[in-house]
Amino acid sequence: MLAQLGDDSKLLAGGQSLIPLMKLRFANPAHLVDLNFISGASYVKEDDGTLRFGALTRHAEIETSDAVEKISILHDCAAGIADVQVRNRGTIGGSLAEADPSGDWATVLFTLSTEVRCLGTNGQRTVTLADFIKDAYTTALAHDEIVSEVAVKIPPPGSGGAYLAFKRSAPVYPTASAAVQITMDRNICKDAAIALGCVGLVPVKAKDAESALRGQMLTEKTIQTAADAASAAADPQSDMRGSADYKRVVVGALVKRAIEIAVRRARGEQVEVGHIYA
Amino acid sequence: MPDGAKSGCVENISIQLKVNGKSYARTVEPRKLLVELLREDLDLTGTHVGCDTTYCGACTVLLDGAAVKSCTMFAVQADGAEILTVEGLEKDGELHPIQKAFGDSYGLQCGYCTPGLMLSSLQLLSRNKQPSEKEMRRAIAGNTCRCTGYQNILKAIQMAAQNMKGV
Repeated sequence: MLAQLGDDSKLLAGGQSLIPLMKLRFANPAHLVDLNFISGASYVKEDDGTLRFGALTRHAEIETSDAVEKISILHDCAAGIADVQVRNRGTIGGSLAEADPSGDWATVLFTLSTEVRCLGTNGQRTVTLADFIKDAYTTALAHDEIVSEVAVKIPPPGSGGAYLAFKRSAPVYPTASAAVQITMDRNICKDAAIALGCVGLVPVKAKDAESALRGQMLTEKTIQTAADAASAAADPQSDMRGSADYKRVVVGALVKRAIEIAVRRARGEQVEVGHIYA
Repeated sequence: MPDGAKSGCVENISIQLKVNGKSYARTVEPRKLLVELLREDLDLTGTHVGCDTTYCGACTVLLDGAAVKSCTMFAVQADGAEILTVEGLEKDGELHPIQKAFGDSYGLQCGYCTPGLMLSSLQLLSRNKQPSEKEMRRAIAGNTCRCTGYQNILKAIQMAAQNMKGV
């Protein structure tokens, strides 16, 4: 159908980004194809160490899914997006396909082993998230392709993660956000993944911050070194949410807190996370 | 594919939906928002448009029991759905316990945001009979009130929860 309608058509999933963009005339498609009437595209399944999310699974369904308790950072994300009303409509597939630099899902999923399944007239293909997100609002999807599923590997035992976003109020995009996922071997950090949101055109993978943690005891000093490295990796723009310098400071502080929570969760502690409001 | 899609002209679409228990069939432009259908076509003007940018939640209605911003959904997407608006809260001239509680607790001043707040409160209380303060705050985080400072709204939700026990 997209192939027939041509370039000037767009897919409508939850619509919580696209409809506001259309009202502002930032998006002006001649045709909208509403995906919401497709049945069976909303699910959370666990199989073979992988959590699979149907593209049309709403944030609210993920927030309340028992399966998601296995990866607490996913719960942090789903429960923190905007507000109840937006979470009741918005979808995980739509969020990734929109590739908004301030979107929450891509940032969080960058810290996990994530694959995006794309379905088109030429059949199905699987793309890693890193290959899927090309640029701000730009993905690897061909014009006649849709996201059908998002697959996330369940991290090994001894893992923990946390996602924190700093927001002015619930419905707005965050000023900055940080996702941290670590795997501990007793007191040593075996593996670490850190991604920063809203401080670049795509989620920023803070590689120096990750290496500052890997193979180390996570003391106050190592955590601070990682947070400073994350601040340096951020590439924010000054805008109405704050200056670039301010956002760099905020994102460093978020990384520090997120590491501390991730460590506690890796030890099996239950830690509730809420987004931070200005 | 509909012919209109090829020629580029917009074809109106026929939909059927239930609003406050009553069935409606309408033919609407595909670009019409749900809130416009409610207010302009069905004359249910209790659902307000505050910001029209998916921020304020004044337009909140329940769509098959889930709170949604009716300014951020097309009317055609509600085809086959059941909608509840503020007009559907009272039964046989009796105010709903949430409506009573908002009045009794002074949970409103100008009242513009109140319909949306009451429907967000209804989603909360229909799933959680005894919400904590934190749960109440989370439930109404998508509803902006510029008068009350929210304290009396939280009191109203708490009072409604008390009054709805056993209902």
